[in-house]
Amino acid sequence: MAVMRYREALNAALREEMQRDEDVFLMGEDIGVFNGAFKVTNGLLEEFGDRRVRDTPISENSIVGMGVGAAMLGLRPVVELMTVNFSLLALDQIVNSAAHIHYMFGGQVRVPLVIRMPQGAGHQLGPTHSHCFEALYLHVPGLLVAIPSNAADAKGLLKAAIRDDNPVIFIEHEYLYGQRGDVPDDEDFTLDFGRARVAREGDDITVVGISRMALTAQKAAEHLADEHDISCEVIDPRTLRPLDLDTIVESVRKTNRCVIVEEGWPHGGVGANLAALVQEQAFDWLDAPVSRVTGADLPMPYSKPLEQIAFPHEPQVVEAVRALFGDV
Amino acid sequence: MTIEQKQQHEQELPEKADAREWLHAMAVIRRFEERAGEMYAKAKVGGFLHLAIGEEATIIGSVRAMRDTDYLISTYRSHGHALARGTNPNAVMAELFGKEGGCSRGRGGSMHMFDYERRFMGGYGIVGGNLPIGAGHALASDYKGTDDATLCVFGDGASNQGTFGETMNLAALWRLPIVFMVTNNQFGMGTALERHSAVLDLARKAEGYGIPGTQCDGMDVVDTHHTIAGAIERARSERQPMLVEAVTYRFRGHSMADPEEYRTKEQVEEWRKRDPIIAFSQRLIDAGLIDEGDADEIDKEALGIVDEAVAFADRSPFPPPESLYDDIYVLGDQVRGWYSVDERSAGVHRGEDERDLAEED
Repeated sequence: MAVMRYREALNAALREEMQRDEDVFLMGEDIGVFNGAFKVTNGLLEEFGDRRVRDTPISENSIVGMGVGAAMLGLRPVVELMTVNFSLLALDQIVNSAAHIHYMFGGQVRVPLVIRMPQGAGHQLGPTHSHCFEALYLHVPGLLVAIPSNAADAKGLLKAAIRDDNPVIFIEHEYLYGQRGDVPDDEDFTLDFGRARVAREGDDITVVGISRMALTAQKAAEHLADEHDISCEVIDPRTLRPLDLDTIVESVRKTNRCVIVEEGWPHGGVGANLAALVQEQAFDWLDAPVSRVTGADLPMPYSKPLEQIAFPHEPQVVEAVRALFGDV
Repeated sequence: MTIEQKQQHEQELPEKADAREWLHAMAVIRRFEERAGEMYAKAKVGGFLHLAIGEEATIIGSVRAMRDTDYLISTYRSHGHALARGTNPNAVMAELFGKEGGCSRGRGGSMHMFDYERRFMGGYGIVGGNLPIGAGHALASDYKGTDDATLCVFGDGASNQGTFGETMNLAALWRLPIVFMVTNNQFGMGTALERHSAVLDLARKAEGYGIPGTQCDGMDVVDTHHTIAGAIERARSERQPMLVEAVTYRFRGHSMADPEEYRTKEQVEEWRKRDPIIAFSQRLIDAGLIDEGDADEIDKEALGIVDEAVAFADRSPFPPPESLYDDIYVLGDQVRGWYSVDERSAGVHRGEDERDLAEED
């Protein structure tokens, strides 16, 4: 084990996989000479050279498309999009190409492509630079979707993503890059997709936290235990495709209550989807409606006081949980 | 193109065996497309059907300039490209019929032909969507240190997409072994070239991105072959990506659902006088490489091939319903069965991993 920041764990994953497999290479805007907009690729150009660490022009759709084309011929490109916001420019290649090619060509060819991108609000970047889009990618069959919330998960999931033969949308979080955690330094440490992490065991209610909100949910759970004597089981799904619904449903059948916390928009969100699945498979065990805490249904405002109330914080989670016990 | 240049090319007819094969291949595409249209009218083919009748010289001229190890990537008008690359016509017709024996197992249809073995990297349904993918193939060839090249074919309409500029720039910047061929058939669907592009000289449209362009007569298989062969050679040996504009015309509508109100019958008739198959056939006869009887025989062979393709497509079974979820994912450590993705249904399904069954026991 080593203590490292989330961004350092990602960097280690990239370095180890590039050392292990010559077919792994990186493409993205400012990932080389600049060392990455968030320094995730720090030092990799120096170590691997510009054949394997490729600075690209600002051409998101074509960068992803080239990744698809290279992956179809057996390479394992890792494409970095500077943020999830810019992935909208690449939606055609992500959906129509990366996600569909294996299926629409009858299984003849694989697309072992990883597309990394950070998301999240909180830095006063306004409407166009504060999105959370895990729900958008969760929507698309053919993609795998990872949403690591801590350094160890970031490393283990990224290494697994690079080794997998499917296209992976790997969503990091800008707030998490500086967070420290214990990370296994074993070069073969990988985490299977579709295996949720029970971040905290509890008996009274299941709280599912998505991406950064797994942390917010944990903090809320501490407060709820200390101040309100409510025992939360906090679950971080770690991946949304495939989803470890078994772990979540099992927990709900134990606690009989469920709150889902996400930073993205409410309509058609991860929580909306998960709430439907939970009620389908655990309806008889529920003592209260499945509840959601989400980002506000609006374009993210710039002004700090407005931005801060537009995405979930610990008090909103506490309130939502207490509401299910008729406590507020 | 000057008259002098044109005459120079006319002296370069292929050798007799190649000449016959090219004519044969063009005839197969023509007869295949005609039959596909008939099958669409009989409702054996669904969805969209985009025929390449009139564009046969652009297809055979360019594809015959490729090595077997080169990669070809095309558009939604791609039956001819698959056939040119050597994909079994039976499999192409079966794909149109939505059958399991189709070259994409009935999952892709007319717009999404594919043949990995013959390095035909697919037809793509989104205009301009194949450009970056083709550049990715070229990048992979370069990365692996091979001298394979990629031919990326698209229409005049695609030259207005964002991917055109993006991909041209990237290909030139990274010196990728790729030739872009814009098949200028005069229309982006129903919008005439002069109404959709400010620059009509499409060969020049990538110059600002560092990609030199040249034009060929897309109704002339020899000229197309000569021009594409030169471009591929430069792309391969000098790592200089090239743009070639093949000027051509589609004799039929954009798709089968096209009333063709955007062009005159006179214009169509003018271009039909330059039918690439009749023109090439006549040149070969004039040059003494074939005679009239050979031309008839070639056409009969083509018709026979198409008859067999339809018979095969009719015989081929539809994909079984239980295969609906096959090949959405590559099953392995991460995805152990499609049911793990579609969480609404937790039962046992085809594609489910034995390890999960074992865990449940």
